[in-house]
Amino acid sequence: MLDLRAAAWSSVGKKLITGLTGLGLVVFVTVHLIGNLTIFMGAEAFNAYSDFLASLLHGWFIVLADLGLVGFFGLHAWSGLSVWQSKRRARSSGYAVSADARGPSRKTASSRSMLYSGIFLGIYVVLHVWHLKFGAEYVTTLHGEEVRDLYRLVVEQFNRPAIALAYALSMLFLGLHLRHGVWSMLQSLGMLNRRLLPTAYGAALILGGLLAIGFLVLPLYVLFFVDPVGTAAAMGGLR
Amino acid sequence: MHFTLRIWRQSGPQAAGRLERYEIDDINPDMSILEMLDLLNEQLTRDGVEPVAFDNDCREGICGTCGLVIDGVAHGKKHLATTCELRMRGFVDGTTITIEPWRAQAFSVVKDLVVDRSPFDRIIAAGGYVSANVGSAPDANEILIPKVDADLAMDAAVCIGCAACVAACPNASASLFTAAKIAQFSYLPQGQTERERRVVRMVEQMDAEGFGDCSNHGECEAVCPKGISITNIGVMRREYVRALTGQLR
Repeated sequence: MLDLRAAAWSSVGKKLITGLTGLGLVVFVTVHLIGNLTIFMGAEAFNAYSDFLASLLHGWFIVLADLGLVGFFGLHAWSGLSVWQSKRRARSSGYAVSADARGPSRKTASSRSMLYSGIFLGIYVVLHVWHLKFGAEYVTTLHGEEVRDLYRLVVEQFNRPAIALAYALSMLFLGLHLRHGVWSMLQSLGMLNRRLLPTAYGAALILGGLLAIGFLVLPLYVLFFVDPVGTAAAMGGLR
Repeated sequence: MHFTLRIWRQSGPQAAGRLERYEIDDINPDMSILEMLDLLNEQLTRDGVEPVAFDNDCREGICGTCGLVIDGVAHGKKHLATTCELRMRGFVDGTTITIEPWRAQAFSVVKDLVVDRSPFDRIIAAGGYVSANVGSAPDANEILIPKVDADLAMDAAVCIGCAACVAACPNASASLFTAAKIAQFSYLPQGQTERERRVVRMVEQMDAEGFGDCSNHGECEAVCPKGISITNIGVMRREYVRALTGQLR
């Protein structure tokens, strides 16, 4: 009576896909931030972390993670865009006057701008991957082995004020997207009851805020506190 | 009290509509907004103008027939109230009030402020029922239902089908209505037999009617005169997963 393809195209199926992929992306972003915090520990720690990921499962981990992320981003974008498309069809003529109902409503600037913050983040992710993952391949030695000096690239790039500020500003959009996204994905997956919903709504603000602030601080820290010239000499440790 | 009214006038489903401006005086603050429209219609009839068509029935907030978007909010800014429960004392004397019909592609305007809500009937017909033998009334407490489940079912069953949820949703989604109708049965033993079929068919019908998808804005709950929680939409999604996984077994 219900085949999986029809289910995926249904309005509820699309929400399940949005929620599930959103959950995966939030987990990814959280792990990504925690890993990136090694930049505060200096070049050695950051490069060791990057080399750990690159050599995990003989290099296959990164390939699998990349494929997974492309899939998750793709599905998330597709379901998000189709929600927007359905809305345009379903309310073809709007109201002359519209106002917020307030009260228990969860409609915010964040929830209204999911499409735009999402499109912005999609473009950001492509540029970010191109900029750093496929950026200059510097090499350094770590415990006698040659590894990629990703630290040097990151520090070099974030020492350019325009780039550091562009990254920092982009993270405001991440915060905007996650303020609604984090609690909404749990609601989309049907995981909230009356007791949990207000908690999840509050937690979304905290988690979204923390993730945005964490990513926002990284480029600014490098811009203001890490010297690009001295990076090669200052392997390991905070200055 | 005196008001300037801007009211949506549309002579038929295919006709182009527009907002018309009317002035009305001597409004008793204790009148409901529908009684004010009654007065307006008497005034229009005297002036030889066609009266404004609007839906209403019980005028005590229980039937779900009335429904107007008042100054941009479905059923007006007062919470937990239907349009007929709004008293004019809740408005500021001398102001302009804009009144529009529910707007959704699925609901065509029949005339002026009256919309065709039969898509809701078709969603119910798709699965919002239980099949049971209707003999004589069963003994009370013959079927035991835990109090918590009975309460949750009742919280969903208070839906009067007014469709304010659709009107208020930025996406014109009917998720709250459909979810409430699915949720009320999901808690009760009588609803178990057709449980999986119900959610699949009702969601299918909701989509077929051309309602938008849900974005979890929660405007629906905020305008719902019965305060139906969006957690019922969560129940609908769980029920959908249940139907999906049940099929894979």
